[in-house]
Amino acid sequence: MEKRVDKDGLTRRALLGRAVAAGALAVMGAGFIAAPDAAWAMEVSVISPDEMATLLQMARDIYPHDQVADAFYAVAVKGYDSEASKDLVAAGVAELNAAAVAQGHADYLSIGWEEDRVKVLQAIEGGVFFQTIRAGLVTGLYNQKEVWPIFGYEGESFSKGGYIDRGFDDINWL
Amino acid sequence: MATFDLNDDSVVVIIGTGAGGGVLANELAQKGVKVVALEAGGRYLPEDYINDEWESFGQLAWLDARTTSGTWRVAKDFAGLPAWIVKAVGGTTTHWAGASIRFQDHEWKALTTYGTVEGANLLDWPIDAAEMAPWYEKAETKLGVTRTGDRAGLPGNNNYKVFEKGAKALGYKEVHTGRMAINSADYDGRMACQQTGFCFQGCKWGAKWSAAYTDIPAGEATGNLEVRDRAHVARILHNDAGKVSGVEYFDKDGNLQMQKARIVCVAGNSFESPRLLLNSASSMFPDGLANSSGMVGRNYMRHTTGSVYAIFDKPVRMWRGTTMAGIVQDEARHDPSRGFVGGYELETLSLGLPFMAAFLNPGGWGRSFTTALDHYENMAGMWIVGEDMPQLQNGVTLSEAKDQFGLPVANVHFDDHPNDIAMRNHAYKQGIAMYEAVGATRAFPTPPYPSTHNLGTNRMSERPEDGVVNRWGQSHDIANLFVSDGSQFTTGAAENPTLTIVALAIRQADHIASEMSRGNL
Repeated sequence: MEKRVDKDGLTRRALLGRAVAAGALAVMGAGFIAAPDAAWAMEVSVISPDEMATLLQMARDIYPHDQVADAFYAVAVKGYDSEASKDLVAAGVAELNAAAVAQGHADYLSIGWEEDRVKVLQAIEGGVFFQTIRAGLVTGLYNQKEVWPIFGYEGESFSKGGYIDRGFDDINWL
Repeated sequence: MATFDLNDDSVVVIIGTGAGGGVLANELAQKGVKVVALEAGGRYLPEDYINDEWESFGQLAWLDARTTSGTWRVAKDFAGLPAWIVKAVGGTTTHWAGASIRFQDHEWKALTTYGTVEGANLLDWPIDAAEMAPWYEKAETKLGVTRTGDRAGLPGNNNYKVFEKGAKALGYKEVHTGRMAINSADYDGRMACQQTGFCFQGCKWGAKWSAAYTDIPAGEATGNLEVRDRAHVARILHNDAGKVSGVEYFDKDGNLQMQKARIVCVAGNSFESPRLLLNSASSMFPDGLANSSGMVGRNYMRHTTGSVYAIFDKPVRMWRGTTMAGIVQDEARHDPSRGFVGGYELETLSLGLPFMAAFLNPGGWGRSFTTALDHYENMAGMWIVGEDMPQLQNGVTLSEAKDQFGLPVANVHFDDHPNDIAMRNHAYKQGIAMYEAVGATRAFPTPPYPSTHNLGTNRMSERPEDGVVNRWGQSHDIANLFVSDGSQFTTGAAENPTLTIVALAIRQADHIASEMSRGNL
């Protein structure tokens, strides 16, 4: 396993860094990242697991909702594992890591506190990479119907007859 | 349903089928006038509408290219989307929230009432409240506006109850669930509101008035109206005498067609109508049709808008029920002691989670942003709509960019006037105070969305040198060319514009039909 990971350019330092970062991800093989509890796993075929792990952490840091599981963020960024996006991702992750280095860190994923990662993101937020990822998340994350109940949003209501008999005026604390 | 020959030069051609064009088409058809209505969008009815914000946006919104410039924030956050309006039969009446309020009397005479405002290009309308009163009444009856005639108001939803309590705590008196073109009881063959939400996505019950399923089919039933959907007008043609003679359009298969016309009425909204007049420039009219004043595309107004959302320590669930049935009118008065001329309305508003993420603070990120959304269930919201100043440089010009037919698209330029900014800041303060009076723990003065109230780019004027059309919406330059949408607004007033657009369309139909029968058109 170590060899396959090495082949993908993942260094021991990066692996350690990822483990420190959120404790959320484990490299399961050359093409996989997964949650430590095996609640979800994600296969990458074009970009590297390291790049995907970086995108995932970025997504969490841009739109942090502690009650929203990684799996939803993974859905939001999985589209970047594509031929069309690989150059953007490679250049962007390099830009992000360079910004991390400039602020005295080994790389982005190795930064333990969100607050410090946010400072790194702020250094690149005017760029195309950051803005592409951020804008994509607005729909990629918040337009997942499975995410809506976490925020209490009820979605479609016509098929249930609207709210005329289901609490459109049920506020009771005013 | 009628069909008319492309060479039939006895027809009135109407471009656009929204609140202006759709109503005008039906009103003329009811009077026996032959009408061909050309609509760039497709036909969608209640069974087609989707209770899903982004999916519905993809179905209904005008997404053809536009460009933007100016210092307004929309140009930065939504550079290709200056407006959130609809491309469909029925136009933006599918999307509108239904708020239907008359102009206040003084708002017809903005220049006289407010005096000269530096940097603003204010003008009095050539018509007034007394002249418009009977047409407003006809419009209210057509739309079934609540709290007019003998029609009851809508019940208040959760979002309204928070809003009302805050308003009353501040001492506001004119607070109610609005005058809405949403049925509070069965009316005109349409059912009552089921408090579904999703008013912006097209009412699946048909409880909200939309031309798509009222005036359009009613006009078609007369046998005098043919609606051609997915017909994108490229150019208005004229003859050697300088009268318009027909229009060229791309049909649904992308083929260029030419429909002859006795009269042409432009009702494509405040972006597409001036764009079309400008794109119709000829050797006789090198600056575009009806543009001897140079006012085509100028004086664009979008209302001074903005929203206030606030979080409470308990659930509100603002998305349940009618999207905009709630209004405070106390600030709509003209009272320069507040630091600005004109006034504004406060109206309840809610967005679903997906659109709240997109519009609460466009471009925003990090915990300041996400902790707001974390409490989405406990959020209440309102929208500000106030009179903005017409300014000469705000408006539509032809862009370098081209659309899918190779036609130059509209570039929309907008800079806030200092009066707009003073009004918006006042409204933010009042809105936040309303919510704080009910115990809000956090409030958000949310910037304007892409515009829905697009006004003024072919404005009405007494004198030909001040505007594009006369008191009937008839162009000063070309007798058989009319403007029939919100672009004819001389000033914007504080009120949501649809009722006034509809009233003007009913009145214009009456005028056109009588002038035709007199042989003047």
